[in-house]
Amino acid sequence: MLSVTNLHVEVGGTPILKGLSLEVPAGEVHAIMGPNGAGKSTLSYTLVGREGYEVTQGAASLNGDDLFALEANERAAKGLFLSFQYPLEIPGVPSLTFIRTALNAQRKARGEGEIGAPAFLKLAREKAASLKIDFDMLKRPLNVGFSGGEKKRMEIFQMAMLSPKFLILDETDSGLDIDALRIVSEGVNALRSPERGMLVITHYQRLLDYIKPDRVHVLAGGKIVASGGPELALELEETGYDRFSQVAA
Amino acid sequence: MSLALALQSGDVTSLPSRRDEAWRYTDLRAALRAIPEASPKDEASITAGPFAAIAEAEALVIVNGFGPDRLTVAPGEHRTVSLRFIASPAARAHHAALAIEVAEGGFLTLLESHEGLGSDYVSDLAINLQIGSGATVERVVILNDSAEAISVVTATVDLAANATLNQTVLTNGAKRQRFETHVSHPGQGAAVRLDGVYLLGDASHSDQTTVVTHKGEGGTTHQLTKGAVRDSARAVFQGKITVERGADQTDARMGHHALILSERAEIDAKPELEIYADDVSCAHGNTVGALDEEALFYIRSRGVPLIEARVLLISAFVGEVTDRISHDGARQVAQDWLLASGMGAS
Repeated sequence: MLSVTNLHVEVGGTPILKGLSLEVPAGEVHAIMGPNGAGKSTLSYTLVGREGYEVTQGAASLNGDDLFALEANERAAKGLFLSFQYPLEIPGVPSLTFIRTALNAQRKARGEGEIGAPAFLKLAREKAASLKIDFDMLKRPLNVGFSGGEKKRMEIFQMAMLSPKFLILDETDSGLDIDALRIVSEGVNALRSPERGMLVITHYQRLLDYIKPDRVHVLAGGKIVASGGPELALELEETGYDRFSQVAA
Repeated sequence: MSLALALQSGDVTSLPSRRDEAWRYTDLRAALRAIPEASPKDEASITAGPFAAIAEAEALVIVNGFGPDRLTVAPGEHRTVSLRFIASPAARAHHAALAIEVAEGGFLTLLESHEGLGSDYVSDLAINLQIGSGATVERVVILNDSAEAISVVTATVDLAANATLNQTVLTNGAKRQRFETHVSHPGQGAAVRLDGVYLLGDASHSDQTTVVTHKGEGGTTHQLTKGAVRDSARAVFQGKITVERGADQTDARMGHHALILSERAEIDAKPELEIYADDVSCAHGNTVGALDEEALFYIRSRGVPLIEARVLLISAFVGEVTDRISHDGARQVAQDWLLASGMGAS
């Protein structure tokens, strides 16, 4: 599924990722934990193709497709989805219009026909109900005036509507209260399937109580410095990241 | 100094130039070396206009300056008119004048299109619009001039008490293009909305100039103009609202907001409020910015290609203006016009 090999990335000439390797097979959920500044967001932005993140070495592929040979929108059409830590506000574009535009653009890129309005609305009503999103909210401009929790729920809603093959959740727990965290996690867990992989990037162990990972990796100093089972996350909660920062340095 | 005068006299020195303060950003003298010969009559080249989809509209067509010179709406009468100014020649010039009178309690939906079928024509149009007591005019204008054309439209509007003018102007520009609206506002419950959208590419130019004079108590003027320029295009917005002494309880708001999409593009904005009354509520806002790169990336990360993502953001930005058009059919035409404007290319 997702394969990252010896990835080196610079931002504004400063090396951030320094030889990161990672394999996430289909059907698995992997967590990446690490201290601030370790390169967690750099990894997610580089994988989805944000400008300004320069790959100086290494490779990344999704189901064998070289991600770095594709534009950001082409990566999305191949099934890669990033749930943003800070989702953007898009004034003037109703949420449903936005998602339908995105869905049809992806379908077009894959050589599939457009989804009709009735089928789209039916799907939207179903998914909105399961995420406890008020349908009227979907008629408002995307994320404009939404609370932090509503924005995160809208990310998960987009995910459910676009049905991507591989999900990256970047600090999805930040800004969520316990109730919102539960709803968002249930939304993510509903998308777990043998064909789908997930990378959950988080600072705290808390999210992993709700979204149980198969593997946990520690990212420090631009590399994976330790990997283990779910117990590694609990251990980190006890001991902190200090010892890994030293390993990386 | 005016284009009309120059066309009449054949003297290019009568053309307004940048030495005239009101024409500083729209220099006709520099754009036109000689006054061309008069445009010929031409009835042959009439095709479907931009408002063709609106079935209830009766057509009033003026080609190369030839056509009717009067449009009237009787007291209490409702009319929807597709007013089409067609310019078909190359290197010819014409002038036309049209008087529109909407009597007391009348309602005119004026779907006005300026359709350039020729190339480097020069067109000057004068419209006089009288709106009677309690009457309403909904004016939606699409300026679709040829890229090489020089075009000036000057509308003079007189409102009576409790009359309403709602105007939206959409343009892609021309070689030199000026759309002027002068409103004599009586207050007394009369309401004016003057909106504009410009989407300009290549080397096109467009100037939307409005002059509103509040002469009596209790009138409103709400203005919103939004636009985007790319390549080496140039947009001009000049909005002037004067509130005369005694025109108290005037509510005047003017907004002009624009996106610059390339380094060579230019926007000249001159908002002016002159207030001589004491008890008024007046405000204006003017902003120019770039497309939000983060928002563009966010949209692309959902699978939308760059050009479509730009169109989505630009049409959402100016869509705030077209959303204010109350006629459903005209609003749809305006929204389709936005999407077809080709502003997404880099």
